[in-house]
Amino acid sequence: MMETAKEIARLRIRRGTVDDPERYDLFDFAFEPGQSVLDALRWIRGHSDPTLAVRFACINANACKECVIQVNGKTSYACTTRLVPGEMTITPLPNKRLVRDLVTDTVPPDERL
Amino acid sequence: MTHLETDVLIVGAGGAGMYAAISAARAGARVILLDKSLVGRSGATVMAQMTVAASVGEEEPDDWRFHLKDTIAAGRGLVNENLARLLCENAPARIREMEDWKVGWARKGNHLTQVHAPGHDRKRCVYVDFLNTGPAVSKTLRTQVNHHDGIRRISDLIVTDLLVEDGRALGAAALHLESGQPVGIAAKATIIATGGLTKLYWRNSASANMGGDGYALALRAGAELIDMEFVQFFPIGHLAPRLIGMDPIMWDPFRYKLGGKLLNGNMEEFTQNYGTAEDGKYVITRDRATYAIFKEAQAGRGSPHGGAYLSFQHIPAEKLREAFGPVIDRLAANGIDLTETPIEVAPIAHYHMGGIRVDERMASGVAGLFAAGEAVGGANGANRLSGNAITEALVFGEIAGHSAATHAKGIEDVHLPDNGRNLLNEIDAILNGRDGEDPSPSILIGELQELMQRDVGPFRTAEGLERALGRLAEMKAALPKLPISGGRVFNLEAADWFELRNMLLVAECVARGASARTESRGAHQREDYPGLDESWTFNQVYSLQGGEIALGRADVPRIDIDEAAA
Repeated sequence: MMETAKEIARLRIRRGTVDDPERYDLFDFAFEPGQSVLDALRWIRGHSDPTLAVRFACINANACKECVIQVNGKTSYACTTRLVPGEMTITPLPNKRLVRDLVTDTVPPDERL
Repeated sequence: MTHLETDVLIVGAGGAGMYAAISAARAGARVILLDKSLVGRSGATVMAQMTVAASVGEEEPDDWRFHLKDTIAAGRGLVNENLARLLCENAPARIREMEDWKVGWARKGNHLTQVHAPGHDRKRCVYVDFLNTGPAVSKTLRTQVNHHDGIRRISDLIVTDLLVEDGRALGAAALHLESGQPVGIAAKATIIATGGLTKLYWRNSASANMGGDGYALALRAGAELIDMEFVQFFPIGHLAPRLIGMDPIMWDPFRYKLGGKLLNGNMEEFTQNYGTAEDGKYVITRDRATYAIFKEAQAGRGSPHGGAYLSFQHIPAEKLREAFGPVIDRLAANGIDLTETPIEVAPIAHYHMGGIRVDERMASGVAGLFAAGEAVGGANGANRLSGNAITEALVFGEIAGHSAATHAKGIEDVHLPDNGRNLLNEIDAILNGRDGEDPSPSILIGELQELMQRDVGPFRTAEGLERALGRLAEMKAALPKLPISGGRVFNLEAADWFELRNMLLVAECVARGASARTESRGAHQREDYPGLDESWTFNQVYSLQGGEIALGRADVPRIDIDEAAA
């Protein structure tokens, strides 16, 4: 998205709900040291694809613990995982019911409607 | 469509909402406690890094009247002294109750540790190590909430409008984000506990859901707001280098424990040139530090990223380790060694002094509508004292819960009013989506944040405020036509649209109030009207009249502190 970048970070993100066929979208960024995966996901929502569904509340502090996802198959917090040059695959938690895109049913059972 | 009923509905499940739920349940009410994110995990409380002010007098003798005097002085003439009295007088009981619930306040030997925060006359602020006050307070309250069978918790539920009939609040219309269902909630009493509005600013320390929802809901329901022009900027928010997994407010605890030095781009101390010499101690108040850092940067003496340096290079490594233990390792993982290099800091939107106008029961002017925590306006005047935010969440939450439960007891019927159906249909229409050529709501949210940062930030001019109001009006006009992708399940674009609607209304309040107040006081600084003007020693009151924001004036409620104590 910025042509002058020397290095590119590419996010490959699982999209859709349980009813949709499995699909991945690619998003490219000019790599900047010090960015988190959540920074990149928020950038996508604000500039590129506002329909991307992802949970987060506290943004930086790693206090709310809502942004738990998988990065390259490893369960991680998006806010504490560094964006690195090259491709990273971002998927929802595999052991929870898929809601949409990166959102799974992480709501405790007694907090559901 | 789903239809729920309860005695007390609480909108927002941060510290204030959870305490209100506990308090209402203790008074015998059935409670629904909901949050647009996850209950007890979002909001501002969970992000608190350190201090909670209360005159528990464990470090040195103290009295709530001393705390009150400091709160009133910090508020620069605009503190509602009735509310501030409640805050200070009830604070020790809430801190003790949290201690009984095993929050784990830091202790030294057989007493609680209290630090001396700027603006306080003595050591008054308790905390939980390390940088863990917010998470510990939230976890403790979640546990207590879970103990009450009378409290039903619901996450992912976004209130879009309050339901009002004949001047009475009767509950809310809401969107369940996960399922995409409109939900009608009939309630005998409703408490707004949605926190502040700092998400209106590009650089903020807020969680993602602090866009001023509660203020907009209350205003549209017919309640009044107060002091909306006063947004507190936290002076030493982290600026550079980039940090991962750390809150931008984290340097506050470092300054409490270790002092530290604020330096300009030439590596010279400068706060003494703005009236407060620090001498290695943390004494400068938030409004004054914000002013000094901005002015220094404006004069070309800022740090490389446009703020100031904060240095702990003079503190030995073992002292840093003793004070912050594992946090030092987290900094190292980010490539930061405080003994080697200073970090850069700059003011960041942190808290909102204004809010819903309430009486001493936390009741708004609309029957059955209450407020708690940061959503309440008036207790902190033009500038909040360090450590009063969590205190106000606990104290005002407790009072609001009790008041709402008492109100609910006097009401027989509970029903959804006629206009509830229309409001639920509106949610359906948004979820169905629509085409449009304008930018998406999320892009306009970004533009609004940049606009507020630039033109309605800590330094304001008539020209900037007019520019902001003009653009806000254009965005408001575009709102009904913005494109929204349809879809029921977790439709964040629909959520963005409802949030943008609230943000625009609340941003306009801040800009209108700031435009009207032609003086500089506390967190409101007008470059074209420098200095405090005594003739402006009154509160501005905001209401909706025929869909437009109307400003009024009210005298500041005062008490005689010594007489009040007797």
